[in-house]
Amino acid sequence: MTAFLTIIIVLFVAVAIWQMVKIFDLAQIGSADSTQVATDNDNKINGYLMLGFLAFIYITTILCFWYIGDLPLMSNAASEHGSEIDNLMIISMVIIFIVQTVTQFLLYYFTFKYRGEKGRTALYYADNNTLEAIWTFIPVIVLSGLIIYGLFTWTSIMNIDQSDDPLIVELYAQQFNWKARYAGNDNVLGLADVRLIDIDKANILGLDESDPNAQDDIITTVLHLPVGKPVLFKMRSQDVLHSAYMPHFRAQMNCVPGMITQFGFTPTVTTEDMRQRPAIVEKVNNINALRQENSEAVEARGQELFYQFDYLLLCNKICGKSHYNMQMKIIVETQEEYDAWINEQKLFKDSLIKQD
Amino acid sequence: MSAHADIEAHDDQAHHHHKETFITKYIFSQDHKMIAKQYLITGTIMGVIGVLMSMMMRMQLAWPEEPNVLFEALLGKWAPDGVMDADIYLALATIHGTLMVFFVLTAGLSGTFSNLLIPLQIGARDMASGFLNMVSYWLFFLSSVIMIGSLFVEAGPAAAGWTIYPPLSALPMAQGGSGLGMTLWLVSMGIFIASSLMGSLNYIVTVINLRTKGMSMTRLPLTIWAFFVTAIIGVVSFPVLLSAALLLIMDRSFGTSFFLSDIFLQGEVLHYQGGSPVLFEHLFWFLGHPEVYIVILPAMGLVSEIISTNARKPIFGYRAMVMSILAIAFLSTIVWGHHMFVSGMNPFLGSVFTFTTLLIAIPSAVKAFNWITTLWRGNLQLNPAMLFAIGFVSTFITGGLTGIILGDSALDINVHDTYFVIAHFHLVMGISALYGMFAGIYHWFPKMWGRMLNKNMGYLHFWVTAICAYGVFFPMHFIGMAGLPRRYYTNTNFPLFDDLQNTNVVITVFALVGGAFQLVYLYNFFASMFIGEKAVQNPWRSNTLEWTTPVEHIHGNWPGAIPHVYRWSYDYSKPGHDEDFVPQNVPLKEGEEELQH
Repeated sequence: MTAFLTIIIVLFVAVAIWQMVKIFDLAQIGSADSTQVATDNDNKINGYLMLGFLAFIYITTILCFWYIGDLPLMSNAASEHGSEIDNLMIISMVIIFIVQTVTQFLLYYFTFKYRGEKGRTALYYADNNTLEAIWTFIPVIVLSGLIIYGLFTWTSIMNIDQSDDPLIVELYAQQFNWKARYAGNDNVLGLADVRLIDIDKANILGLDESDPNAQDDIITTVLHLPVGKPVLFKMRSQDVLHSAYMPHFRAQMNCVPGMITQFGFTPTVTTEDMRQRPAIVEKVNNINALRQENSEAVEARGQELFYQFDYLLLCNKICGKSHYNMQMKIIVETQEEYDAWINEQKLFKDSLIKQD
Repeated sequence: MSAHADIEAHDDQAHHHHKETFITKYIFSQDHKMIAKQYLITGTIMGVIGVLMSMMMRMQLAWPEEPNVLFEALLGKWAPDGVMDADIYLALATIHGTLMVFFVLTAGLSGTFSNLLIPLQIGARDMASGFLNMVSYWLFFLSSVIMIGSLFVEAGPAAAGWTIYPPLSALPMAQGGSGLGMTLWLVSMGIFIASSLMGSLNYIVTVINLRTKGMSMTRLPLTIWAFFVTAIIGVVSFPVLLSAALLLIMDRSFGTSFFLSDIFLQGEVLHYQGGSPVLFEHLFWFLGHPEVYIVILPAMGLVSEIISTNARKPIFGYRAMVMSILAIAFLSTIVWGHHMFVSGMNPFLGSVFTFTTLLIAIPSAVKAFNWITTLWRGNLQLNPAMLFAIGFVSTFITGGLTGIILGDSALDINVHDTYFVIAHFHLVMGISALYGMFAGIYHWFPKMWGRMLNKNMGYLHFWVTAICAYGVFFPMHFIGMAGLPRRYYTNTNFPLFDDLQNTNVVITVFALVGGAFQLVYLYNFFASMFIGEKAVQNPWRSNTLEWTTPVEHIHGNWPGAIPHVYRWSYDYSKPGHDEDFVPQNVPLKEGEEELQH
């Protein structure tokens, strides 16, 4: 339906413009030089169209904010540093929209106002140092502010404070799935190397079986995190580049074969609590209504019709054919729930298949 | 020395016609004007292919899983029963990016207009080396043929994204497209770089040595400044991509480990050890980022010239415009790391790149304000070229502003590699550069083919394109901010993004209409070559030297002596003159002062 309406609207616009071409043609008055150079009439019509286009830009902006600008994912940060990023984002956005609105107005309004007419003479005005200085220094000041604010935010996000005793979790990427490895009671990840991978023994992440730290490691396919506890992720990839993108937590880091990368954050909202947030409830209801509408297609994909909100880890670096479906569910829960869950998981030493 | 002697010789015999066969005139031509046209037509063909690919991607994103006759017809075995295959989606994304960035907006834009305008606007008979120029074009042609040839490879063309990050691009086991398709991509790009270097060296030498008498650097039109500085950036940064490509070829074919280490794939450990994919990213973006300025600076040059001419007003702040070109060029070489904030690079390095990146906004803002001020109190002749030039300023502002978000490392964490990035760079360098190119074509078509483009078709082309470009890329920012990653073949596996699907459909409809209306332009372009109205010598009443040459192309450009230059190129509406333009070759009147700009 949306597609149909849009096609109709665009077609009308196209027809309108086509008609305008005819008007241009009819209005052609033989000029001395060439008929393909803009006449006063062309200037007038296109000048008005410029004003119309300015309106189009503003209307598009308003419509975008109205219909798709409500971004519950941008405003419901689920991590401690997330709200800092959101604040910086909002400040930057406000600045951008002020500049965008003003400069586009000047551009199109001047084009309209000073459209060419016979007898008008342009002003011979080539330079003005004061003006140049103004629009050099204003951006300098604004950008200095943004740079300083941005750098403070960046540094506080990327500097991981080891004294907080963060929970260490490895995110392990391969074509086309994710694994999480918990460090166990000692909170130290065992040594690992892709050369030690032994599929027959189910040592799928290549842990060093002789390393004492590896014995109590736990490998899972769902990422559980206790709320309010700092987590330090160590990222690894066994084949190509992947990127661990956790949009709700404002977190992203590439997984690079041959090196260990890291990113840390503190989850602040449990999955359950996030599901209760009004913005999320509204989003989920909206999604479920849409899924109901397209129930045939949804079921044809073999998906459950009913969608329930969950945090996600997505792959966000092109990694091959099934890149578009490389995801892992993240569950943020209370410390007690987390402890109960982790105690049920098999330790690495117990998960190995004994070979004779 | 020989070039100089050549020119002296030409001065005497320029009016004699050289014996030219069809082959030396139209195919292996050493005349810069013919080479410019060759670049333009090759670039146009590559552009049609690249745009067609983007249309297919958009249709796939709007209506995934649905059979599509177009897919069946164009993709063949890659779209069984008309349903697109996931591998070919990535290949389309890869080749679309490669074609548009390198073959259309680098070779097609810079190759066309640098070749056409440098000798004509500085007052030279031809490029410093016509032969090198010819070789440059034919290498470009060869690399185009190889790139298009790679589309027909059994396992598919390169599909690792236009950035071809290893290990994905290095290991045929990781992806079908990383086999022969990737080899051809690398070979094609290697040849492309050789072509680009020959062209750039030629442009630099020509601008430095072959300016006519009186054409000091401060009297150069901004087009020439832009081409000149672009060529310098190209010479500095393209070789780095060549070295990255060579090392990647070594890794792929000779078992070295420059970019690869510790890889376990399909049940076996590969022997690579000690390399780093991050090294490749540095090398790639050391070109990759200056590349966007290689694309946009020539467009800026063309736009400055077109805006000033059609506003009948001197460009505002000529000196600041030149300084900002130089500042952008310098900064462009030290910002590449902003593509790698989350690559695993040291966070401190991220801070440095944030700083340098946001600095680029300053010269960019100066340029935008100067263009707007040039319009103020002008007498704007709204020719199609002028509309595209104004459109350029508009999309450059809209697209450039979001760069403030992406260049800020803290904010980049969450929008990196999402549709926000796609929207940003398509507006600021894709659409803008394309507008610059269209503006240039509408403006200089009479110089190239001696005929005019139909203006009403030009208006139609501009207005539909302008509306559709905004309709496509403005909403795209929002789906990016909602967290939708780029390079996903379909979003249906994420119910989380279901509510973005309607927006995706709207975007696709705008894209299809915008794409379809490029046919108006193509018709205008090809038909006007033969049936367009015959051009007069100086249709836009412009000041620059190319309009003092005869409409009919002659070898050596001017039938008599090369005109001398007495003033800068922006004396529009200068008080004390009868006409509202004073060409550069008109001597100063008695008592007239040259503007100390």
